[in-house]
Amino acid sequence: MVAPPTSTKISFGSIMRNPAAGAFMGFALVFIMFAIFGYQRNFLSVGGVSTWVNFASTVGMIAIPVGFLMIAGELDISTGAVLPASAMTVAITSGYFELPIMVGIIAALSVGALIGWVNGMIVTRTQVPSFIVTLATLFAVAGLTLSLSIFFINTTQTSLNAPEWAKALFGGRALGGFRSSVFWWLGMVGVFVYFLHYSPWGNWVFALGGDQESARNAGIPTRRLKIALFMLCSTSTAFAGVLQTIQFNAATSQANFGMIFNTIIAVVVGGALLTGGFGTVLGIVFGTLTLSVVQQGIGYTQIDRNLSFLIIGVMLLVAVLMNETFRKLATNWSTSKKKK
Amino acid sequence: MSEKSPVIELRNVDKSFGPIDVLHDISLKVSAGEVLCLLGDNGAGKSTLIKILAGVHQPTRGNILMDGEEIALNRPRDAQGRGIATVHQFGGTYPLMSIGRNFFMGVEPTKGFGPIRVFDRKKANQIAVEQVQSMGITRITDGDRLVGGLSGGERQSLAIARAVYFGARVLILDEPTAALGVKQAAHVLKIVNEAKRRGLAVIFITHQVMHAMAVGDHFAVLIRGSIAADFQKGEKSREDISDLMAGGESMAELEAKIEN
Repeated sequence: MVAPPTSTKISFGSIMRNPAAGAFMGFALVFIMFAIFGYQRNFLSVGGVSTWVNFASTVGMIAIPVGFLMIAGELDISTGAVLPASAMTVAITSGYFELPIMVGIIAALSVGALIGWVNGMIVTRTQVPSFIVTLATLFAVAGLTLSLSIFFINTTQTSLNAPEWAKALFGGRALGGFRSSVFWWLGMVGVFVYFLHYSPWGNWVFALGGDQESARNAGIPTRRLKIALFMLCSTSTAFAGVLQTIQFNAATSQANFGMIFNTIIAVVVGGALLTGGFGTVLGIVFGTLTLSVVQQGIGYTQIDRNLSFLIIGVMLLVAVLMNETFRKLATNWSTSKKKK
Repeated sequence: MSEKSPVIELRNVDKSFGPIDVLHDISLKVSAGEVLCLLGDNGAGKSTLIKILAGVHQPTRGNILMDGEEIALNRPRDAQGRGIATVHQFGGTYPLMSIGRNFFMGVEPTKGFGPIRVFDRKKANQIAVEQVQSMGITRITDGDRLVGGLSGGERQSLAIARAVYFGARVLILDEPTAALGVKQAAHVLKIVNEAKRRGLAVIFITHQVMHAMAVGDHFAVLIRGSIAADFQKGEKSREDISDLMAGGESMAELEAKIEN
């Protein structure tokens, strides 16, 4: 758990106990390796760095709420369909129908929130595992997006030219290549860190994944909280879709299956436990950055591009093994301390 | 002790799930500073009875009274608000969270300005450690320690200390000693006595007769959803109680069956 800076003495133990430590070390290792192999291929140039940081921002703003759900003991894979659904919503509303951009954005976010609400309602009212529920909504929403696109505009992709101010705010570039989404992501990281690690609600999220029955008995509104987390996840995904559409002036209704894997890999590499009850926002940020370096930064190094999937696969396995070790370390370290 | 007005009382409570009758005509009362041991074999309806007291289930018929007044427990929050705290077998604790965070789960102390509230970790840890120590667990000194690093008995004790701190008047302990070794169970029983000394009404659910006899003032045996026996301390021997729990069959008979 990230401790408030005012009351923490930095010690080796407290750093080791911080579950983000593993994710950070993994990132540092991958970054240094890539920096060595990419030194002559501009890996460290602004262009190189911004390439993978831009990629990380999109994955990252989805991965953190996916991580919240994982900490709460649930999974959301419908993100792959929410992304194109929101992209098409904003593009059709503000592009094809020429309504103000804010209307399109609000419509897209509402679509996201609605899908999350449906996910949350089904998961909390039935005993169906969230993996299956969101797999179902993944396909349902993907199909709906395609057919509604044909119904409204008779094509599966369309363009959107946002006004200047919206372009600057949601899809511009700054500091030599960093997209607006990077700054939105940083802002969201701040809010998410507050939510999970400092606000009382964060405790409840951990409790959900730790022991749902006890959480309910402790008076925590487990159903409402879970529905809210599903809504947060799909709304954040919808926001990522909006940013992408404004950035690239275009939207496609094709489901983005890659995003599902990317977000889950980022969360697991970031140290969250698949079984729930454990994880940090900063860990997920480092997990996202690691994934992005391997997937996108590899083009700026002498490493064969085709190896990136292999590296990610190995990394994922190592991360899961490390999570388990770190979890043991965290509980054992505190146990041994009492013997002093 | 039975002359005192009971803190909590069940009157003729029935509970059925659809066509299945789980509890039938249950009447019980517990006074302050008294330990009621609820004994019963698996499936006797103990868990359902606890859930009714904890506000998870509502009785189909019958009344729940607190301090002689009829109350309705529609949600777990209602029970908590009235000072009915339940501690479950595994302590209702979260292994991968710190002691301080566990202690204040659902009622987190916060600091900060206006709507921006921050979990007050220092205060939470300090109070948690103080309370647990005052219950006699002196080995816990660091509120940042993860609960997963504590022993089963310490986890139970933490949960009981938590209930006492939050002003519980009725403490329901659901098989707190079932998964514990002899030493740790003794630890938990010591804390049950401490809670009793502080004037809580304790309902102690168990199927270990030894543990029940160590702390109980009043015993009720539940068999297939009905109260088969209700007696005070010293009125029945250990063998009698064991026989009752086995459903009226004597242990000796059961043993004979097993051997054949």
